[in-house]
Parts: sequence; structure tokens; C-alpha cells
Amino acid sequence: MKLTLAALATTMMVATPALADLIVPNMSYRTGPYAANGIPYADGFADYFTLLNERDGGIGGQLVQVPECETAYNTEKGVECYESLRTQNPLVLNPLSTGITYQLIPRISQDGIPLYTPGYGRTSAKDGSVFEWVFNAPANYWDGASVAVKHILEQEGGDLSGKKIALVYHNSAYGKEPIRTLEELSEKHGFELNLLPVDAPGQEQKSQWLQIRRDRPDYVIMYAWGVMNQVAIQEAVNIRFPMDKFIGIWWSGSENDVRAAGAGADGYKALTFHGVGRDYPLYDDLQQYVYDAGKAAGAGDQAGSVLYSRGAYAALVIAEAIAKAQELAGTPEITPAQMRDGFEALEITAERMAELGLPDFGAPIALSCQNHGGDGLARVQQWNAGEGSWSLITDFIEPDAEILDPLVQEDSAAYAAEAGLTARCN
Amino acid sequence: MDQFIFGMEVVMNGLMTGVMYALVALGFVLIFKASGVFNYAQGVMALFAALTLVGIQNGQVPFAHLINATFGTSLHHFGWTVPAVLAVALTALVMVLLAFLIEKLVLQHLVGQEPIILFMATIGLAYFLEGLGDVMWGADIKTLNVGLPQGISDGIEEVTATWFGYGFFIDRLDLWATLIAAMLVAALVAFAQYTKQGRAMRAVADDHQAAMSVGISLRFIWVMVWSIAGFVALVAGIMWGTKSGVQFSLSLIALKALPVLMLGGFTSIPGAIVGGLIIGVGEKLFEFTIGPMVGGATENWFAYVLALIFLVFRPQGLFGERIIERV
Amino acid sequence: MIYREAGDFKTSYRDDSQTFPIRLDRWGYYAILAVAFGIIPFVINDYWANAVLVPFLIYAIAAMGLNILTGYAGQVSLGTGGFMAVGAYAVYKLMTAFPDVSIAIHVLLAGLITAAVGVLFGLPSLRIKGFYLAVATLAAQFFLVWLFNKVPWFYNYSASGQITAPTRTVFDQAVTGPAASAPAKYLVCLVFAFALAWLARNLTRGSLGRKWMAIRDMDIAAEIIGVNPLRAKLSAFAVSSFFVGIAGALLFAVYLGAAEVGEAFGINKSFLVLFMIIIGGLGSIFGSFAGAAFLVLLPVLLKNTLVGTLGWPTDLAAHIELMIVGALIVTFLIVEPHGLARLWRLAKDKLRLWPFPH
Repeated sequence: MKLTLAALATTMMVATPALADLIVPNMSYRTGPYAANGIPYADGFADYFTLLNERDGGIGGQLVQVPECETAYNTEKGVECYESLRTQNPLVLNPLSTGITYQLIPRISQDGIPLYTPGYGRTSAKDGSVFEWVFNAPANYWDGASVAVKHILEQEGGDLSGKKIALVYHNSAYGKEPIRTLEELSEKHGFELNLLPVDAPGQEQKSQWLQIRRDRPDYVIMYAWGVMNQVAIQEAVNIRFPMDKFIGIWWSGSENDVRAAGAGADGYKALTFHGVGRDYPLYDDLQQYVYDAGKAAGAGDQAGSVLYSRGAYAALVIAEAIAKAQELAGTPEITPAQMRDGFEALEITAERMAELGLPDFGAPIALSCQNHGGDGLARVQQWNAGEGSWSLITDFIEPDAEILDPLVQEDSAAYAAEAGLTARCN
Repeated sequence: MDQFIFGMEVVMNGLMTGVMYALVALGFVLIFKASGVFNYAQGVMALFAALTLVGIQNGQVPFAHLINATFGTSLHHFGWTVPAVLAVALTALVMVLLAFLIEKLVLQHLVGQEPIILFMATIGLAYFLEGLGDVMWGADIKTLNVGLPQGISDGIEEVTATWFGYGFFIDRLDLWATLIAAMLVAALVAFAQYTKQGRAMRAVADDHQAAMSVGISLRFIWVMVWSIAGFVALVAGIMWGTKSGVQFSLSLIALKALPVLMLGGFTSIPGAIVGGLIIGVGEKLFEFTIGPMVGGATENWFAYVLALIFLVFRPQGLFGERIIERV
Repeated sequence: MIYREAGDFKTSYRDDSQTFPIRLDRWGYYAILAVAFGIIPFVINDYWANAVLVPFLIYAIAAMGLNILTGYAGQVSLGTGGFMAVGAYAVYKLMTAFPDVSIAIHVLLAGLITAAVGVLFGLPSLRIKGFYLAVATLAAQFFLVWLFNKVPWFYNYSASGQITAPTRTVFDQAVTGPAASAPAKYLVCLVFAFALAWLARNLTRGSLGRKWMAIRDMDIAAEIIGVNPLRAKLSAFAVSSFFVGIAGALLFAVYLGAAEVGEAFGINKSFLVLFMIIIGGLGSIFGSFAGAAFLVLLPVLLKNTLVGTLGWPTDLAAHIELMIVGALIVTFLIVEPHGLARLWRLAKDKLRLWPFPH
């Protein structure tokens, strides 16, 4: 036992890196039940920074270090990762888990480290006046629910009265997120909302899909994760639910989720807040500087997939925020607090995206002290089983701010009251 | 009336689901019966078998990631594919090899230990196999296709539509699972009743020492039983993996087998089947009738409550051997 | 030579029946306590507290609780995760309802509430035995998790169902919430672990513990010699759940700070704690600590060695880590089937005779 502690102590000493570089940790999960989703995301995240280091010599002349820490999507390992990464002075953390995010929000607020949670995490963190250190641009779970309903509205010619929409969700904090939003929306648009929870892990969903088959809802919206995705899509195929009326959130829309269901999954829709595939000029550079140089992360076989693109996009936003922070601070060696300022002044225009080699890949982002969540734009992608690829079928759709803003205000106010915070940004 | 017809559909699907649960439970029962070990690793064995099957089928290089990380190569595939039947046979061989190794390296050293210690050994085994499966074949989701059909069975839908005016949904995969499970149970029962090895297996199950004293090789029986359990795990892995793809979560199907085991008794093959059917129907019916009133997602806990209700009346499980207590 | 009973004369029954009859043991125990209370709080940093020692102490408390039920009273339980959830949600409701009361009192109350729930789910143990009893506790596990997920009152109607621990203090030192310092968190857990270990040790060697062990060894025989199985079994469930509830309350409030019931208190937690007591040694307080150390510290150590020192890719390291833990469990078993506690005892016995084994 004492020997163990001594050995542990020595290993802890060794693992401290040089402090001069920009540290952007990659909290990944390449093992455990969600590994299949964690691997491409982590690869994309790491590859983008490798590209910046190889091609541009880092950001503002400073190399970016991306130490990886395996969380296995487990909150306790997440705490361990946070504590060990914190000793390395990270600029920003991206834990890729809603559970770990909830856990880290109080801690990073205390320690002053920005948290960037694109498309997941705590929705009301959008309110920068309460959540000083948390950023969740470009879109969050509630945006997703609203965009999905807007897409349905468009499909139905603007009228949803008397329609039935079912929500199939992972019976956890993540899955329950959209319920409030959808309830408000159902009141506004007059559709009937039907809630169908599935307990984790979600390998057995026969009851839920039999009920869908009986009730024949006009549309199904799904918030699933892990094995629940594959099983749900397979069951939908089995009961011959029309796939183009089945819309998943972005975490239910990767190649992994649809492939197991084969040809039947053709036409399945999912939301996304970024482009997909390798048809972007950026991939020429990635090919040249990263893949061909043998520096690709992981097995190097994920390029262009949905989650790889999402990881790369998260890295891109962080890189832009670092550049902005360097510009504001007037030095390439920035601190986490300057990083926050960089995020708050972040502006990524369509032209800038084109310049970065990803034209029309993501919606323009403009953040401010109040707005940490962007405009919440998302688009719809559809699976083509024959070609085995996703295609974007709509432009960016704006969520219903009229419904969402009061909800965000309410939730962030509750948090501020609970944590005893006063609003900033005045 | 509608509710009644829907209820019938739910019952039929519950029965089918029950068969899928029973498939997993069978592996537990076999090992428990023959060696008194509660094999915690059964779920991981199903995952491992399915991973191996897909790996062989697609010509994946085992340990590719480890090799590439160590030697800087980039191996992934041999570049061939193996027909499903052959791949299943090869995987069965791998499971036999695994059984042999488990006996040689673990069980042989633990002969005569208490059940709790053997249980703990299988915990270690589960950890090890989980890591091994990932290192060997990678942690990504793999599509498993051995040619089993999936989707609604049109015949049943049509027939029920003419009878009741509402076409029932039955998954063709579930029908196949039922067929395969029936064959598997028949084969196992026949094997246990009519072959020499089968009788030896039952003798070992009855009393280790008495069996050894009449010249039965305990080691051979254990290798055999673990091989059969490995094969059952492979079948369960194929059935569940066809639906969800092969991924880590496949090992969690063991949790679905627990209430079945408790209900059916750890030592009875028919018990596993009947237990599976009762749990399948019970949890589906409860979710259908009471679920909407309490907010749904009740299946996980109701399976256990159902098993508990049965156990209060029959503490040894439905088909378990009667517990005789002497001081 | 040094480690022996000879020359250590006992002059009273009290001395004779003490926990550590050998002088060197006693000294070692006091030395460990002195280090744990007197030195570690001054040198501890956030990493050591949050990633290593706090989880170790909390799991040790949970393991002691389960060991009382399973190791001493012989009732197999797979409901530990669910009972920990009761403790966590009880402490959360108490913390938010009575913010002015000391958190230590809330944690104790949470333990008592869990004890009541434990007794309720322990009732089937009067009829169902052995592995079959696990079904009753599993029903508790899944039902409790479902309940806390489903009823919004338990999580104060928050949007997503996550509970977050607000800052609360003991002697004006924050021990929960983000402002809590590493020594404060560590000391709170240490005090609870120490007090509960002391309680467990004295309960298990007193008349209650003897009744539990009689029930464990053979309940009919125990009944014949006058042990009331109803009281013995339910008291085991109550005491065990009290420990487990405190562990759950600390896990949520001090260690994690935020929790979601399905993730933090799922069936995996029940298995993890069960593994701890089996690996550590059933029916041993030391074993509870050893098992918790094995399953909490070893993965962290392996991770730091494989990734930090050897520089392996994180995924490969995580997989190999699983294989090493698995292989070690099997190896330990083959060397000594009765857990780390027995290994420890054997080592001490050898040491007692050393260097003259004959």
C-alpha cells in the first residue's frame, strides 16, 4: 500500500509538461459503452490541432499541445482527468459528456478555466451573465428541439395542429433536456406530444416501438445515445416507420448509428450544426500535413465522418477563440482568463470559414458577454444508405428564440439563486 | 376491445423477447449446473464471441492497434472475407480454445473452493476478457450480418389482420431466435440425457467427488461445459448483435438474464426458458398497462419485482432444486 | 523477532480483547492515524484529494457497509448503488431545505433515512436466501434509480434532473461545493471513515456481530440457539444501509459535487462495491479498506504509469489496464482465495514466527 503510493507519487512528478505551449486537453473516451462515438470525435479534435501545428507552427507562433485523457464517459474518471489536467494549466476544456459538464461547471467557475461544450452540456449556460466560464455555441439541446419542430413545420406547410409528435428519449439528464421546450412548442403550434422514455442502455425497446406502431405519430424525434441509437433505428425500420419522418438530434446522427440497420435506414434524418464529408478544401491540407505525414490520431480511418467533423469543428472554434484572445491580450502566451475574453469577443463569419478551408461548414458565430451560446442554428442531414453517406438537405434553420429565451433565463436565474451569483455583463 | 388486441400483440412480443433473454440465461445455467460457478463473465463472453465472429468474417487483423502502436505499421485488414458459416465455426473453435485456457489457467487452480471465490474468479475473467476483446478487435461498432432476416413478418401481419382487423408486429429475427433456442435446448437436453459425456456432465453436476471417484475427468467436463457455454454465448451474441451492432453494450445483456435466472432457478434449463418467457411477457404487459400512468421506462425494475414476487412464494426459483436445510 | 506477542503482557480482560493485541500492530495503527490526521491534511493537494484519497475513503465506507451485510451477516446484496442514491438524494434535499444546519448532521440524517429504506427492502431476506436474495436487492437498485429519475421533487424540479451540491460548511470551512479545499474534503471523509470503522469494528465483535455471524454460518442453527433471525437480519440491513447511505451522501456532496442518478448510482456501482469486499476479504474491516484501495488506487496508478510514464495511447492503456486488473484478481485468488485480508493475516502470521519458523 505504501509502496503503491510512493510509485504513484513518482509517476505524478514525471507527467508534467513544459508550460510555454498552449494547452488544450482532449478529454476523450476511446473505451467503454460510448467508445464508438468518442473515437472519431477525439481523432478530429486532435487532427485539427496537429494540422495547425504542422502547417502554421501553432497559433500565433505558439504550438498547441493536446494532452489526451481517457474518461470512458464516466463522471468519476472525469474528475480524475480534470484534476490531473488542471496541473498542466489548460486554456479550455471540452469534456464531451453532459454528466461530466454538470460536474465541472462549479469547479471551473471556481478555478477560472473556460469550458467549451458545443452541442451538449447545460443549456442555460448560454446565458453568459450567469455562467461566466461556460460556452456552448453554436447550438444546444433546446435549439435542437426547436429546429426539429421548425423542420417538421416546413414539411407540413406551416400547420401542425392536430398532428402527433413522439419523443423517444434516453431516460437520463441528457434525454430529458428537450421535454420542456417541446411542451412549450406543442402549446404554441397545437401538436400533440407523446413522451417515450427508454432506460439506459437501451437494447430492448420493443414496448416503445410497438406503441409507436399503434399510435402512428406523424413524426418521431429522438434523443438517444450509444447502443440506444442503433436499436431504435433498427426497430423503426422493423415496424416500417417512414424514415423521413424520423428525426434524431445530432448525437443520434452519425454513420455508426445508421449503418447497422442497413438499407432500411435510408432516408433517416438527423440534425447537425456543421457540414459533413471530405468535400472541403481543409481536407487537402489535412491530407498533406497530417494523414500523409503519418501524424493522424487514432487509427486514422475516421476522416470525414460526422463525429470526426464535429471534433474538428470544436477544435476550430477553440483555435479561433485562442487567436482572438491573443489579439486582445497582445501576447501569444495567454491565460485562461484571457481565453474567456477571446471567446466572448469571438466572431466567425462565413468568409472566415471559407478562409479556413471549410466554406458553408458551420453557421456564423458571434458571441458576447451575455451570449455564450451563439444563435443556435442547425440544419438537417439525411442518410443515403446506398452511398453510405449523409447529405445536407436544408440550410441553417434558426430556432424559436421567442420560446427558448425565457426558458434559458428561467433556468440560469434558478442556478444563480442556488449558487448565490449576481449577474455580470452590465 | 382494441386494448385487448393490442394486449395480445404485446404478449406475443413479450414471449419473443423472453426467448432472447432466455438465450443469455442458458449460458449461466449450464456453467452453474456443472460447476457451481455463477459466471459473471457470461455477458462479456457473448461480446467477445461476437467481436471475434465479426473480426474473422471481415478479415480484421487481431491486435492491429497494439501492433501498429508498437511497430509503427498500419495493419488493419487481411483483405479477405470469410463466409458466415465458416466464420461461426471458427469462432466456436476460438471459444473452445478459450474454455481450455480458462480451465488450465484459472479453474484448475481453484478446484474445491467456495462458490463465492469461483464467482470472484469470473469477475477477474470478465475484466480481462473485456480488455482483451477491445485490444484484439478495436472498440468501434461493427455491423454483424450472418444472413439472419430482420423486420416485420408479413405472413403473421396478414393473418392477424384478417382475424382481428389489426396486423400484429412480430420481428422475423425473433422468430429465428425462437427456432434456434428451441433447437439449442432440444440438443442440450438430448446431449445431457443420451450421450456418455452428457451423463458424465450430470454426474459432475450432482457431486464432484463422487463423479471423480467413478473415473470421470473433472477437467474434461469443465472444458466441455465452458465450451458449450461459450457457444451459447456466441448464439446470444449473434442474436443481440444483429440488432444493435457489435459493441461494448452487448456485454450488458447479462443484466437482462439476471431476473430470468432468479425466477427460473440457477440449475434448470427449462427454468431458464420458462423464466425468460414470464419475465418477457410480464415486463411488456406492465409497461403497456401501468407504464403510461407512472411515466414509463418501468421494464428494468419491474422484471426484478416480478421475480421477487415469485420468489416469495417459491424461494428456490420456479424450477430450482428444493432447498433442504439440516442443522 | 520484533513482531510478536511474547513479552506483551495483558493484565486485564480489556487489554486481552483489544483490537490490536500485538504491540507493533498497535503502534502501526497509531502511526497510520497520526499520518492520516496529522500530516496528510497539510501536504495534500487537489489531485490527491479529489482523484485518490476522497474516493478511496468513501468507497471504503460503502465497502464496510456492504461487508457488514454480506461478509458478517451473509446476506448477498446488489442494491448498494440504489442505497447510495438514497443517501445522496436525502442529503441533497436536506442541504437545500435546511441550509443553515451543519452538513455533518445532514450526512448522518441521510444515513438514517437510508437505514429505514434498507430495512424495508431487507424484508424479503426473511424468506429468500443466498444468491436468490440478490433479486430483492436488485429490485431495490433498479426501482430506486427509476424513482429518483422520475419524481421531480427529488431533484427540486431542475430542468435536466441533475442534482448539484451547494456550498455548505463544517466549522466555517466549506466542505461541499466548488470552494471546498482539498484538506477540508479529505478530513471530513476521514473523520467519517474513522468513526464508522471504529463503530463497525465494535459492533461486529459485540453481541450483535456474533448474532450476524451465527445467521451467516447457518440460520436455522442460529435460530435454535436463540438468535432472532428477524432482528438479526433487519438490523444487519439497517446498519449496512446506514453506512452505505453515508457513503452515498459523501460521494455526491463532497466528491462529485453533482450527480445524475442513473450514471452515478447505477448497477455498476453495486457490482463495484461487491467486488471490493470480495477482493478485500469478506467479514473483515481491513478487507473493506484493502478492496477499496485495490479498485480505486490501482486503476489510477496503472493509468499514470502507462500513459504518463510510458506514453502509451490512452485507449490502449485503458484496455491493458482492464486486462491487468483482471489478471491480478485471478492471480491473487490462486495465491490466496480468501481475499487481501487473509493474505495480510498470513503475512503477519509468518512475520510473527520470523526468523524462527519452527
